[in-house]
Amino acid sequence: MNPALNTAVNAGMAPVGTPWFFYVLAGLAVASGAAVITRRNAVHSALALIVTLLSVAGLYLMLYAPFVAGVQIIVYAGGIMVLFLFVIMLVNIERASKDRRFNRIWPVGLAAACALLALFVSAFVKGKALFPERGMPLPESSNTQQIAAMLYGEAGRMGQYTFAFEIASLLLLVAILGAVIMTKKKI
Amino acid sequence: MVPITTLHYLVVAAALFVLGVIGVLTRRNVVIVLMSIELILNAVNLNLVAFSRMWGNLNGQLFSIFITVDAAAEAAVGLGILIAFFRNKETINVDEIDLLKW
Repeated sequence: MNPALNTAVNAGMAPVGTPWFFYVLAGLAVASGAAVITRRNAVHSALALIVTLLSVAGLYLMLYAPFVAGVQIIVYAGGIMVLFLFVIMLVNIERASKDRRFNRIWPVGLAAACALLALFVSAFVKGKALFPERGMPLPESSNTQQIAAMLYGEAGRMGQYTFAFEIASLLLLVAILGAVIMTKKKI
Repeated sequence: MVPITTLHYLVVAAALFVLGVIGVLTRRNVVIVLMSIELILNAVNLNLVAFSRMWGNLNGQLFSIFITVDAAAEAAVGLGILIAFFRNKETINVDEIDLLKW
């Protein structure tokens, strides 16, 4: 990286907040992520998942992605988790919360996940040198405007992702229809 | 203190991903399996946003927004299937969902 750019971003990857802040958020995310998969009661898992989602939103803010952080809080913590809590309320969990937590093949699953973890660790140890110490400068104040320009286009031109945006809306329509048809008693 | 680099974020994302995989492979409750899938998708999102910061362009953030759309669609359809299944078999246990297995 050239020195001019380097001085422009001399604050490094984490100008927002301190490293301490990153470690708190990361620890919170991983700890409550572990709680999601170990709690017996599904409601406790859902609450732990909300904590994970909120701390990941904080990490997005540290990465200069305020719009993604807002989407994370509104759509995930506000929308999807409410859906999960409603379904937990609808299906009877009395029996499930007294049952065994893990299925019959859990040692195999755990071994597979440990193999995946070993793969990640070896990739990160080997590829450590590939990651630059400092990030490129991202526009901070116009983040949402730039995302909007890429999604919707500007000045009569289609944006880079306008077509993908329309396809995503079609996908949501299909998902709505699918959810309604699945849950209806008689169609 | 060490400055926070992209690798730090990747390590957090990898930890969340592995936790999600463990949840999908070992839990019996379908609701928690679906929550673990959300955990996996979040790990991928974190990776994408970290790389977007590393390269200084916004494509990664756009991708993460599309993945959020996918997560919403997946949760809606998955929970719909779960309710339909619960209505038929009165259980939400993964071990007992074997209608298509022979």
